[in-house]
Amino acid sequence: MSSTDSKAPNVEIKYTQIFINNEWHKATNGKTFAVINPSTGEEICQVEEGTRVDVDKAVAAARKAFDIDSPWRKFEPVVRGNLMRKFASFLRRDVDYLSRLETLNNGKSVEDSKGDIFLLPIVWTIIIDAGWVDKMVGETIPGAHDQLIYTLHEPIGVCGQIIPWNYPILMMAWKLGPALACGNVIILKPAEQTPLTALYCASLFKEAGFPLGVLNIIPGDGPECGNAIAVHEDIDKIAFTGSVEVGKKIQEAATKSNLKRVSLELGGKSPLIICEDADLDYAVRVAHQAIFSNAAQKCTAGSRTFVHSKIYDKFVARSVELAKNRVVGDPFDASTEQGPQINASQFEKILNYIESGKSDGAKLECGGERVGNKGYFIKPAVFSNVKDDMKIAREEIFGPVMSVLKFDSYEEVIKRANNTSFGLAASVITKDLTRGLTFAQQLQAGSVWVNDYDAVCNQAPFGGFKQSGHGRELGRYGLEGYYEVKTVVVKLI
Amino acid sequence: MLSKLVCKRVLNHGLRLTTRAASASTQQVVVNRKPEVKYQKLFINNEFVDSLSGASFDVINPATGGVIAQVADGSEKDVDRAVKAAKNAFRLGSEWRRMDPADRGALLYKLADLIERDRAYIAALETYNNGKPFKDSYNIDIPHCIAVLRYYAGWPDKINGKVLPVGGDFFSYTRREPVGVVGQIIPWNFPMILLCWKIGPSVVTGCTTVVKLDEHTPLTGLYTAKLIQEAGFPPGVINILAGDGPNCGGSIVKHPDVQKIAFTGSTHVGKIIGAEAAKLVKRTTLELGGKSPNIVFADCDLDNAVEMSHFALFFNQGQCCCGQCCCAGSRTFVEEKIYDEFVQRSIERTKRRKIGDPYDESTEQGPQISQEQMDKILDLIDSGKKSGAKLVAGGRREGDKGFFVQPTLFADVKDDHQIAREEIFGPVMQILKFKSIDEVIERANDTEYGLAASIFTKDLDKAIVVSNGIRAGSVWVNTYDNFDPAAPFGGFKQSGLGREKSEFSLDSYTETKCVTIKISERNS
Repeated sequence: MSSTDSKAPNVEIKYTQIFINNEWHKATNGKTFAVINPSTGEEICQVEEGTRVDVDKAVAAARKAFDIDSPWRKFEPVVRGNLMRKFASFLRRDVDYLSRLETLNNGKSVEDSKGDIFLLPIVWTIIIDAGWVDKMVGETIPGAHDQLIYTLHEPIGVCGQIIPWNYPILMMAWKLGPALACGNVIILKPAEQTPLTALYCASLFKEAGFPLGVLNIIPGDGPECGNAIAVHEDIDKIAFTGSVEVGKKIQEAATKSNLKRVSLELGGKSPLIICEDADLDYAVRVAHQAIFSNAAQKCTAGSRTFVHSKIYDKFVARSVELAKNRVVGDPFDASTEQGPQINASQFEKILNYIESGKSDGAKLECGGERVGNKGYFIKPAVFSNVKDDMKIAREEIFGPVMSVLKFDSYEEVIKRANNTSFGLAASVITKDLTRGLTFAQQLQAGSVWVNDYDAVCNQAPFGGFKQSGHGRELGRYGLEGYYEVKTVVVKLI
Repeated sequence: MLSKLVCKRVLNHGLRLTTRAASASTQQVVVNRKPEVKYQKLFINNEFVDSLSGASFDVINPATGGVIAQVADGSEKDVDRAVKAAKNAFRLGSEWRRMDPADRGALLYKLADLIERDRAYIAALETYNNGKPFKDSYNIDIPHCIAVLRYYAGWPDKINGKVLPVGGDFFSYTRREPVGVVGQIIPWNFPMILLCWKIGPSVVTGCTTVVKLDEHTPLTGLYTAKLIQEAGFPPGVINILAGDGPNCGGSIVKHPDVQKIAFTGSTHVGKIIGAEAAKLVKRTTLELGGKSPNIVFADCDLDNAVEMSHFALFFNQGQCCCGQCCCAGSRTFVEEKIYDEFVQRSIERTKRRKIGDPYDESTEQGPQISQEQMDKILDLIDSGKKSGAKLVAGGRREGDKGFFVQPTLFADVKDDHQIAREEIFGPVMQILKFKSIDEVIERANDTEYGLAASIFTKDLDKAIVVSNGIRAGSVWVNTYDNFDPAAPFGGFKQSGLGREKSEFSLDSYTETKCVTIKISERNS
């Protein structure tokens, strides 16, 4: 266990203002808010607090940048692509600074923020989307002999994008990539917990040479700033990643105002099914990372670990050992595997769930207590003997709590795995080909991983079934949420 | 003003071949009239090697007729060596086969960057060896190469297969796999551009290739080989040979370990290659000749039509599947009503065309590629004179050094004249008269070729009806030679098989494999 005393290097904070029209602005109402270092609970800096008036300003700027005569609209597709690749090259150039800033603000271990593991995929998301600009095709459609019928894929317009705090830079890249590739303009609200890397990236965006107003970033909270985006009459689409609760509010607000298009990427209670023929050590390692990586602050967290009764006890024992050895501490310490949770409120919530697990009769095998007395560190907890109806098995915890449930039959476990209002991800560990493929088909989740977990790749679509959201991100499917299809029919007279 | 804006866009984005780009100034670029020839050997497995026979051949500067280099002469044994290298690079488990698709793209982006870095040198070398005006090499050819490579670079991670709605308890999907070792034979009229059109799809799909450069114009291809090495392609992924058609090219076509052949050249040679490749069921794509109709209606923008028609023929010394160019608008059909005016203006424009030293800023037309080509063109001009067509400009060789032919214009050409039926591949423009739409469509289609066509009109209806009716792979309306990388290019009928550029070019470099797995229960 490493110390939780922070060895944070001096990370200079360069940008704390609202970004509109490639310029930095103070908040109209003159307010700022504190950004906290979750490793210490202490303030890092103050950031300008955007509210409705700032959102209005940003929308005006974005709308102008989307004007039919604007440079952005007149650019050849390849020019958009070149700008995006330039932006990606600056992300790569500043990888060291960005990963330290991300760790300072978010608490993910520096091992996790490190360029080659983390930031390169982010860079590639942008590059891959940049490669789509000149490859998105409409169709000509055979109609009557005196008709020329074709479709155009046009940008939707002003896109509001609200991103969460668990993967600040990654979530920003996932949003910007397809929106820019399709020629849209953007109002992005980073999470109020973690605005710093988004604001730094805004400076890179400007450096790359994008025209004014194409990207605008408004730091601020959900109820005032995020809501202003959701209800705005002049925003054409909203994309949100966050909790189901807030997702529903956003969809309602978006629909009631101007029927803006909505895509949502929400929470999960993803099942990981370990079959009796699985290589036990491999399964234990996969299951451990499936729940605990990123301090379990993942929408895809494998938070219901179903283990076949034949290997259940061994699995629990080895998982407990792995969990006990997980190094929790200062994210800037190279030996740390798990940093703090994001803030006090999440911290409290997680500890409450752990209490509920105990009182519901699950067995807390290890962990669950706070580490140190500064920041929001929690020892990874493993519960065995978990039943489907316990709170810890039904609700999204977003904290380092592994729940291990027993099963006997494969027909039964599929039903149990699907018995949830969520449907983001699922996994099965087995050597049996048929079982793996059959489960892949029967599990109700947007991503199903066979013999792996968190196998998210840039070209393949990612998103949820049921209340885990709708719409897909990444790859070609990810573009579909960012263009409107127009059908043109030319009659020959 | 407008032309300057267009030039700037082409310079920045290098996408389109337009006549306006050709007038962009190259004064700020230091023009190297005698670029050093650095690479003259065969490029196999990332190394430059002599031909196994020790033989080499002369490379000529067509502006002077003089020898400028000696390049290793690849023949059967060298082909064998190159194919072995390509086959080894393609083996299961190789670095190339295991490389992430996005990383294949990264290599193409890198190659594009290197060509951009060395743009002035490569353009000068292209002019030195091919004779095309330097301002065209610099403003059109090289930027287009860069744009094409960057276009292709975005593809590798996007080549998706499909999951199929089959019946029964099966899970069935397709994989689009690389076809294997490909042989690519390219001509002399656009050496750099055609090299990039070929290696692009090969790299994108994960194939390995043996390229044969044309024996007239190997110099820029061999320089590019050096950049391929510098960019970091694994050895054997791209091999580049120089050599003749019958022996070197023939060996590639016949080699049992080459799975696919891509050839750009004459229809005559294309048929020989196609027939030979068929013996081993090799996948074959051919991009051959053309006798492309350029149809000018009375309701066109006449200035634009005259200028574009001129460009359509004369660009690249007429050596373009258009001009010296496979798609040369080499039959210009003009509607009766504006015929005389059109001919008059074309005569003026043709007489104004500046032919001369390709390094001269004001030159529009350089030499033809060789003595042989020049003689062939002059013969065809003779046939035109004898046939009864009216020679209204040019008609003779220009000067006595190098292979220059005067910009030549025939009016009152009839469909059955040799100059209206055969591909000339030189700066000889034919103008024919027509009355009605149906007539001109029928006459335009009366050819065994079908590479390109163009229509000049302001009428929307006419544009659509005529473009629907013409049997050609590319139809341009109110423009010509638009070669955006995202648009497919290729021929109907005997102008070829398959398409280049765009997503459509990838089909011929992939094999579709369908995998069907039995599962215990399938649900929709």
